[in-house]
Amino acid sequence: MLRCASLTKTYSSAGRPLTVLNNITLDVEAGAYVAIVGPSGSGKTTLLGLLAGLDRPTSGTVSLDGQEIGALDEDGRARLRAEKIGFVFQSFQLIPTLTALENVQVPLELRGENAAGRPAELLARVGLAGRGDHYPAQLSGGEQQRVALARAFSTRPRVLFADEPTGNLDAATGATIIDLMSELNRDLGTTLVLVTHDLDLAARARRTVRLADGRLVGDTAA
Amino acid sequence: MTSIGFVLRMAARELRAAPRRLLPLTGSVAVGVAALVAIDSFTDNVRDSVRQQAQALLGADLVMSSRRPLTEAAESALTTIVASGARIARVTSFSGMAFVPRTTGTRLVQVEAVQPGYPFYGAIVTRPAEAWSGLHEGRRAVVDPTLLTALGARIGDTLSLGEARFEISGTVESAPGNTGIRTAFGPKVYIPLSQLAETKLLGFGSRAEYEAFLQVQPGRSAEAIAGRYRSPMRAQRVTVRTVSEDRNDLNESLSRLTSYLGLVALIALLLGGIGVSSAVVVFIRQRWETVAVLRCLGAGVKQVLAVYALEAAAMGLAGSLIGALGGVAAQRVLPGLLQGLLPINVDPRISWPSAALGVGVGLWVALLFAAIPLLSIRRVPPLAALRRAYESDEPRRFDGWRAAAVIAVVASTVALAAWQAGGWRRGAVFSAGVAAALLLLWGAAWSLAAAARRWAPTRWPYVWRQGLANLRRPSNQTATVILAIGFGSFLLGTLLLVQANLLRTLQLTGGPARPNLVLLDIQPDQLPAIDTMLASGGLLSVGPVPIVPMRLQSVKGRPVTAMLAETADGDGEEPRNGWAFRREYRSTYRDTLVSSERLVKGRWWTGHASPAEVSVESEVAGELGVTVGDTIVWDVQGVPVTTRVSSLRDVEWARFEPNFFVVFAPGPLEGAPQSLVTLTRIERPADRGAFQRRLAERFPNVTTLDLSSVQQTLEDLIARVVLAVRFMALFTLGTGALVLVGALATSRFQRVREGALLRTLGATRGQLFRIVVAEYLSLGLMASGAAMALALLAAWALARFLFEADFTPALVPLAGLVAAVVSLTVGVGLLNSRDVIRRPPLEVLRAE
Repeated sequence: MLRCASLTKTYSSAGRPLTVLNNITLDVEAGAYVAIVGPSGSGKTTLLGLLAGLDRPTSGTVSLDGQEIGALDEDGRARLRAEKIGFVFQSFQLIPTLTALENVQVPLELRGENAAGRPAELLARVGLAGRGDHYPAQLSGGEQQRVALARAFSTRPRVLFADEPTGNLDAATGATIIDLMSELNRDLGTTLVLVTHDLDLAARARRTVRLADGRLVGDTAA
Repeated sequence: MTSIGFVLRMAARELRAAPRRLLPLTGSVAVGVAALVAIDSFTDNVRDSVRQQAQALLGADLVMSSRRPLTEAAESALTTIVASGARIARVTSFSGMAFVPRTTGTRLVQVEAVQPGYPFYGAIVTRPAEAWSGLHEGRRAVVDPTLLTALGARIGDTLSLGEARFEISGTVESAPGNTGIRTAFGPKVYIPLSQLAETKLLGFGSRAEYEAFLQVQPGRSAEAIAGRYRSPMRAQRVTVRTVSEDRNDLNESLSRLTSYLGLVALIALLLGGIGVSSAVVVFIRQRWETVAVLRCLGAGVKQVLAVYALEAAAMGLAGSLIGALGGVAAQRVLPGLLQGLLPINVDPRISWPSAALGVGVGLWVALLFAAIPLLSIRRVPPLAALRRAYESDEPRRFDGWRAAAVIAVVASTVALAAWQAGGWRRGAVFSAGVAAALLLLWGAAWSLAAAARRWAPTRWPYVWRQGLANLRRPSNQTATVILAIGFGSFLLGTLLLVQANLLRTLQLTGGPARPNLVLLDIQPDQLPAIDTMLASGGLLSVGPVPIVPMRLQSVKGRPVTAMLAETADGDGEEPRNGWAFRREYRSTYRDTLVSSERLVKGRWWTGHASPAEVSVESEVAGELGVTVGDTIVWDVQGVPVTTRVSSLRDVEWARFEPNFFVVFAPGPLEGAPQSLVTLTRIERPADRGAFQRRLAERFPNVTTLDLSSVQQTLEDLIARVVLAVRFMALFTLGTGALVLVGALATSRFQRVREGALLRTLGATRGQLFRIVVAEYLSLGLMASGAAMALALLAAWALARFLFEADFTPALVPLAGLVAAVVSLTVGVGLLNSRDVIRRPPLEVLRAE
């Protein structure tokens, strides 16, 4: 469903080329739960960005549902994201000027869909019924990340990319977020791609992809 | 459709949450629009008033006027017009000395000897009201109230004018077209024309104007009559004026004034544009991650751009509306500021077209200046949501849209300037000037900052080093602040210098050796007695300078009468240089150059030559198209005098000394009828008054001009113009201050955090305060220093090329301005930083 072939990303750093990802080939089946792990600077986030079409690879291809992402222009990729992809970020990235409910509505509105009903249901599902009119600044970190989850699932995406989703949370709160994510993954059949350096967290995934120095060094199914 | 719905909803939500973020944008637009609407409304009102009052200003449908009694041909034309049913009232006006025997007060006045019926339009309102209608019932005079004050006289007193005596029967409360300039050479005195001869004042060489006011029959066109007589009358040196011409002339001169004010307003608006840009830069920096998130969620570049463009537009519109309201309020002040300068009463009414135009222009400027930074939204990579401070490594390519936005800003500026200045060329010159000033300011800011970085002494106290370092912090707004503050102070500084220089040049009575009293119209036979009077008073005198009135008969062999009639044949329009051919020349003769003259071409005469030699002032020579070697024949009281131009002179007219367009070599004019001018200096005003009185008693025909009162009037007038310009320039400084506030807000968050950090590390409030002061003090000094350097340059250029005078910088007021600007900058800076100093560090650090 999601596959990348010979993916390489090179940055120029202080005038010298710096290879962050080196020839990564990966195939993720629908409904999978994949954790990408590795030490800091191993290229995890870069790989996530490329898989989600947020950045262009230096060479290699990424395709989602048979659609080659590299062939799309910037707006085409934006449409693809609106239709098929959800995101959860380490620093939550709620829009500070919108209420919790509005934050959940945005992806639906971007698709031109009716934004009534479902977002409120989702908020209730993540345990925030009645908090819909609070602004992000009025919510705790764990609550913000739950809103972000509701937002990510509001469009029933085919793939959810999560970048260190528990990185800014304490262990207990992090655990609830992960529980919620796996629950939604199971119930909605969403493919989950998770970047983390937390091995406990990775252990809960059904498949673990290991990176080191930009190379794929391990791919194990649980 | 869905896309539009999303854009509208997003923009509305964002604005609801934080309209404050874009307040600097709104404020910048508001002040600029206020300035523009104020001046445009005012211009509109002026135009309206001119339309309504032009007929009253002229006082007739048609006026024929001449510097000499009307010729036979002119009189017969008048007879024909009157025979066709028009009404006529004649007015003869001249300067003369008025004297009130009871109080022994003497004063130079402008006499208007009028016939019944004048004016046909507009009312001369007198106190008591019946004084005007009763003017012709005896030897009566209606006078300007300032004359009564000056002479210590009252209604009912006897006023002598020359050899006639009049009863002062009332004062003039208002008359159409009375301006400060017109009363500069004395208050007005109206007498019946029938009594004019009694005064015996219109002797040889007196400067008088002879006018015939005509009211045509209803249904007949004054324009048609004017059209028929204009050309033949020009040859008779009679000018024909109608209401519409008067209106056009008036509109033209007033629009020159208002277009200057409009350009100053435009500068305020353009600075507002810079404010908009800097506010949007700040705004986008705050929204960077939101944009990235929206892009991750699948929003297209155009959608996100549209959301923020819409927000900027909404805030720009709000600013324009507020500005229009403010402008409508501010324009009520302008007529008051210009009182005495305008010959019309300006009714400050709300001009809806100006307000609407102001809103439109404000919105346009807001959008345009917002567009340049807004376009950078397109470069926000969605990846920025994953990695903070992510910088795309894609090289910056040429951005067509950005270039288009910049071109649109330049084109709009030129268009707006052309609109305000009334012409594309002037608009382009103005824009180039503004661009040059901005560039110079920016260059000064940049080099000063660079100098501070390179040479800032490392041994300075820490707070100073930190303060200076803040000027080059990442994403600093140093350049914006210097532009914003600098431009306003540059304008005010230039104004200050020009005014001071102008006043110094016009020091008529400056220096103990300069004469302050001019004795005009002295007849040759009166000279010995007057000389005796001066000598007995121990008074030094300059002169006598002989004055011979004359006209041009032919220039380079071509008769002037034919030339005047010929040029009038075409479209009836007189060529621009017509005055030079038509005017009466009051020339003198002498054998030396005087100190206010400089020979620019040819040679000064050494002996007698034939034909006689003349020296012509260079500008009038240009108008006449003559140069050294050309022949001019003069009509001196009916006697033709042939001359050859032997030199051209530059004359410093502002010196208020007896200066002449044409100077003859001694000889040919010595026998011609002439009057004489003598200058003297009497220190004390009381003595000056007493001398004028004695002179008026013995020689009623001799006019004395007190230069110190002329100077006072001129200074008042200059002060008024300067006040109006300064009022408009204040808008510029106001916008500058707003831009400053907006620009400083950019780094506010960063500063608050830094302050908290410094305090955690042990900095005291006092130290933080001093850091802030050091930073803004240097910013204010840089901005005002660069602005003053630029102002000196501009004022020097204006003095040198526009006013053609020497330039002496007025450094003390300039230093005052620098102090004011620096205090303003430091004040705003401290206000902006109060949280840095006041808030407890823990609160700040926890808030993150």
